[in-house]
Amino acid sequence: MLDASYYRKTDEIISRYVRDARSLIPIMQDIQAEYRYLPAELLSYVAKQIGITEAKAYSVATFYENFSFEAKGKYVIKVCDGTACHVRHSTPVLEALWKELGLSKKKHTTDDMLFTVETVSCLGACGLAPTMMVNDQVHPSMTPEKALALIEELRGKG
Amino acid sequence: MGTITINGKKYEFTNEKNVLTIIRNAGIEVPTLCYQPELSVFGACRLCTVEDDRGRCFASCSEEPRDGMVIYTHTERLRKHRKLIVELLLAAHCRDCTTCDKHGKCKLQKLAYQLGVNQVRFENHREEQPVDFSSPSIVRDPNKCVLCGNCVRACSELQGIGVLGFAHRGTDAIVTPAFNRLMGDTNCVSCGQCRVVCPTGALTIHHNMTEVWQALGDKDTRVVVQIAPAVRVAVSEAFGLPKGENSIGKIVAALHRMGFDEVYDTIYSADLTIMEESAEFLDRVANGGTLPLMTSCCPAWVKFVENEYPEFKPNVSTCRSPQGMFSAVLKEYYRDEKNAQGKKTKVVSIMPCTAKKMEAKREDYHTFGEQDTDMVLTTTELIRMIDAAGINFETLPSEACDMPFGIGSGGGVIFGTTGGVTEAVLRRLSGGEGTPTMAAIEDCGVRGKEGIREFTVPYKGIDVNICVASGLANARKVLESVKSGEKNYHFIEVMACPGGCVMGGGQPIYGTKATRVETRRQGLYNADSDMVIKKPHENPLMDVFYNGPFKDKTHELLHTSHHE
Amino acid sequence: MIKTAEELAQAQKNACEEIKQYDCRILVCSGTGCIATGSHKIHEIFSELVKQTEGVELVFSPCGGHHDEKSVGVKKTGCQGFCELGPLVRIQKGDKVIQYVKVQPDDCKEILEKSVIGDEIIERLLYKKGDKAYVQPDEIPFIAKQTRIVLENCGKFDAESLEEYLAAGGFAALKKAMFEMTRDEVIDEVDKSGLRGRGGGGFPTGKKWKQVARQKETVRYVVCNGDEGDPGAFMDGSVMEGDPFKLIEGMMIAGYAVRADNGYIYVRAEYPMSVARLKNAIAQLEERGLLGDNILGSDFSFHMHINKGAGAFVCGEGSALTASIEGNRGMPRTKPPRTVEKGLWEKPTVLNNVETYANVPKIILQGADWFKSIGTPGSPGCKTFSLTGAIENTGLIEVPMGSTLRQIIFDIGGGLKNGAEFKAVQIGGPSGGCLTEAHLDVPLDFDNVKKYNAIIGSGGMVVMGQDTCMVEVARFFMSFTQRESCGKCTPCREGTKRMLEILERIVNGQGKLEDLDTLEELAKMIQTMALCGLGKSAPLPVLSTLATFRDEYIEHIVDKKCRAKQCTALRRYVINPEFCKGCSKCARNCPVNAISGVVKKPYTIDSNKCIKCGACKENCAFDAIYVEA
Repeated sequence: MLDASYYRKTDEIISRYVRDARSLIPIMQDIQAEYRYLPAELLSYVAKQIGITEAKAYSVATFYENFSFEAKGKYVIKVCDGTACHVRHSTPVLEALWKELGLSKKKHTTDDMLFTVETVSCLGACGLAPTMMVNDQVHPSMTPEKALALIEELRGKG
Repeated sequence: MGTITINGKKYEFTNEKNVLTIIRNAGIEVPTLCYQPELSVFGACRLCTVEDDRGRCFASCSEEPRDGMVIYTHTERLRKHRKLIVELLLAAHCRDCTTCDKHGKCKLQKLAYQLGVNQVRFENHREEQPVDFSSPSIVRDPNKCVLCGNCVRACSELQGIGVLGFAHRGTDAIVTPAFNRLMGDTNCVSCGQCRVVCPTGALTIHHNMTEVWQALGDKDTRVVVQIAPAVRVAVSEAFGLPKGENSIGKIVAALHRMGFDEVYDTIYSADLTIMEESAEFLDRVANGGTLPLMTSCCPAWVKFVENEYPEFKPNVSTCRSPQGMFSAVLKEYYRDEKNAQGKKTKVVSIMPCTAKKMEAKREDYHTFGEQDTDMVLTTTELIRMIDAAGINFETLPSEACDMPFGIGSGGGVIFGTTGGVTEAVLRRLSGGEGTPTMAAIEDCGVRGKEGIREFTVPYKGIDVNICVASGLANARKVLESVKSGEKNYHFIEVMACPGGCVMGGGQPIYGTKATRVETRRQGLYNADSDMVIKKPHENPLMDVFYNGPFKDKTHELLHTSHHE
Repeated sequence: MIKTAEELAQAQKNACEEIKQYDCRILVCSGTGCIATGSHKIHEIFSELVKQTEGVELVFSPCGGHHDEKSVGVKKTGCQGFCELGPLVRIQKGDKVIQYVKVQPDDCKEILEKSVIGDEIIERLLYKKGDKAYVQPDEIPFIAKQTRIVLENCGKFDAESLEEYLAAGGFAALKKAMFEMTRDEVIDEVDKSGLRGRGGGGFPTGKKWKQVARQKETVRYVVCNGDEGDPGAFMDGSVMEGDPFKLIEGMMIAGYAVRADNGYIYVRAEYPMSVARLKNAIAQLEERGLLGDNILGSDFSFHMHINKGAGAFVCGEGSALTASIEGNRGMPRTKPPRTVEKGLWEKPTVLNNVETYANVPKIILQGADWFKSIGTPGSPGCKTFSLTGAIENTGLIEVPMGSTLRQIIFDIGGGLKNGAEFKAVQIGGPSGGCLTEAHLDVPLDFDNVKKYNAIIGSGGMVVMGQDTCMVEVARFFMSFTQRESCGKCTPCREGTKRMLEILERIVNGQGKLEDLDTLEELAKMIQTMALCGLGKSAPLPVLSTLATFRDEYIEHIVDKKCRAKQCTALRRYVINPEFCKGCSKCARNCPVNAISGVVKKPYTIDSNKCIKCGACKENCAFDAIYVEA
């Protein structure tokens, strides 16, 4: 159960938009930006508030990669596996992160909720391949070593 | 308007909405899984793809006809591609055909045979999903889903409910209720329209045949059965008899042979319903009760009001449905030991409807703490049981229903089609000065085919505004117009299934929807014409009921209390 | 507020005057690439330094500057094009521009002192090729050999300032369209120019606009596809970041021409910078009255909206994109009706991509004939490409249609990295194909490229050397399309899955020869039967590699060999007995005990047991272990 503050925040987010289907995606984006995930209860709540069925809200939320019903880590690391990064060996970077953090294709977030590791199709910084993004910051020319050093640094920050 | 050349022959067309319709009208069958004429075009299965004279390929379901088009429907490459598509579908599909409920009626199975798919080269890696038995009405087996989306569109477009939706994407895409909930945990109203449009065994009827066979096999149990109006016109085609033929006599005979102790026709309790509902209506009009009065025969509709428009609960008639009334009366009759003669009594009902299975379990369809209807079979299950019993249905002689409840009126018979309940109510109110005649009733608009019909009938100096709707999406429109004050009705009839009970979620599926609705509806009107007693109150058993041993229990037996 | 055409002309004039008053502008590249290498920091340091330095005044807008001090502007520009050498900084004094590359925080003070205040050039920070160092950016071959229309302003001015856009001639085209041309004339000009959609399809833009203008329905929309999803493509992102006003002006001209009141830009989720710059641009335009009701006192009203994507490649498909704006699953729908008839909210909709709109202002200003003088007769104008992969100069380029791969890869791109041997270039992203040595001199335009099982697409160009395995590349693209399939139509959903399975088998050394037939059978079926353009083109990377590199497929299947040594399962680890000292370290590190031998004698690897993890090679102190293809 979420406490009332979640619903208050959601009301505030909903109030920024028109109450119909077109606002579903931006509202979900704002909720996710706020909590780093999309709590299922809030999705149901939003559906009701903007007058769409829960099944519809669920179907839209699960269609787009960006939405997650599971809480994400403090640092969301997106390793780019676009063509340019792929041919410049992005896979070893991903594997090094997985190994270091005990994550896998199926498990994306560390138990201490510090890191989430995902792949992304292209960050648009192909000139600096391979790249990865930590929250909103793009890191260029990654190597497994650089990735691990970055993890150490972030761990230090807590 | 124009001409299209299909496979070298010219065909005229007028205003057909797509090329596929013209092809089918020309008597050529192009396979489809996701096309349903009454739903929006989805274009996902791609099987109806055809080729034009320039080699361009397009899905015929979504192509607008143009004059002078030249198309080919079964070229070598199209057949090859269709075959591969079906092979791919099969590869990701449960292939236990022999034990599937849809065996022999499955479109995918039929296509695999037609297209000669005799080998599947790809492994099925789909993780097996649990089958969802949580709904009393519908079983959902995700392992058999081909993602045609028919159910999704039926639920949202026809019924305006939207319980089912697509979730995830790509090969992870599934059809599911929100958050993967069980059907039984959603606001599904059990109408079964999803099952009607499902081409495979992914959505099927939740069967109760086993329990019924068990009861029939038990010597200490008296098994009493009632047959709903719409059932009689939907059985014939399963046995090679003319479509829409009224086969009530044969059904009675078959049920006797299967071992049912007593066989009744639900039109008896349909008459009771009319007696009660008419009285309730007149009472509400006379005493300023909540109006419009809304019918309560259809459990999917009642559930819909409870889920989505609770503010209208007081408008819904307190009358139980005909199934509920009959079962309550039967159970009450056998509570009397001199009738029971030491045997237990089980009441079975045969319904065109999947929602009746849900209704039977409702608390307010229990009388004196006991569930009135023990088991509900759909028409589809009845047909299978007749087959299983080895009965040659075609050659059966007609038999009459048993007594003491074996008489009903034509007004009860037409309950099975949209407008029927209203027409029966009007018949009840006819007779005497200022009331409509039988001929006037038939012509007032009650027999139309539109999803929403409104008309006014004069009754003793007042203009009674009536609305008849079928399909819950239409019902929603009606309720919204009442809510906004735009419309002012006295009486609203709603049947959840478009076309009424003849098109119920438990009915067998043959041919096109258009022929099904037309032949069955006509079948009921013909049956009504053949009846001597047309008006519910002229049924001699009504007098017996209201003056007999039940006269002090009419409220308990015939009404619910949940709306209050 | 700019309320009339005259006021707009005045504002343009003022902006020009003001820009001239800068003594020096420090242009710090703030494209996504340079930000990643730290250009924000550089910008910050320059701003700070300028503030602290006496005799130099930091001015955001030069009118506020005192004339006895040097007025210096520190500006964030869009992509200067040379991403790999970032952070990029240009020092501009009038027409004189110095391009510095790889500028580090420690360099800033020196730059300020020597090049901004003084007139010295710092050799060490210049771009060098061979023995030659280049001062002016326009002299660098990478830039000199391009023709820039869409990217004209990118990197040259402050992408966040309307004044700078006005100074560069911004909104002159809109003014001309609105006051010197009728709506039909605008459409005719675009039609005559032969501009074709830059998003991949190459559909004539003018025709599209005509069809929308012709509809009975009067509510119409202008939609911009900024969902640049092709991996390895960042042209549109760079335009949105680097010249957002130009895109908006192009959309406004479209809105004026087809009588639409509302424009929507759909930007992919991974481009936060584009969203920020567009939002900033829209806010400034609204504030100045250039967006909103009755623009420049006319009856033309236009409102702009931004929709952020949520992570679905398929939304780059037109009908999926409009579905997404409407708040639905981004699933393509069947056509007809087409977007021009029933697009967004079932209203007639002009849907073009970023680059297409960004071409419009200049076509209006300079005319269709000028545009047609560039490029090829069938594909006039220029095309942007993002040049990536195993190439010396990665980055964003724009060249006339009809340029050859040789010009792009070798003249502009500087050839392959580390002098590697060219093998292929993948063009058109996951819907495209591979071109090889044989195609190096084919003039690239929409129609020509199609002949070789590839497409221009949106313009992603990934260069590959001999160490790239083409089967693995095909697998990579198939895994991308597979992952991004919306799942609606059977051919794409089920077909790509099976194609991927087969490709995975082949790169794992478990392929069979008949797999190639099945691959082709599936590919042809998907091409013919899939619902949308993305689905239909999904098999192209496989078909094109099968056509050109079939021998590599066969090698993988029959010889269990990957010549590029990329496919892990097909690697064979071998110990060179000449180098092996018999220390046994490899054997001890082998997780499956596949290495055996006697101490101090050469060890051997049992390749049947070997799981190709590479632990032995990593641990060998004598470099005695190598991979055999």
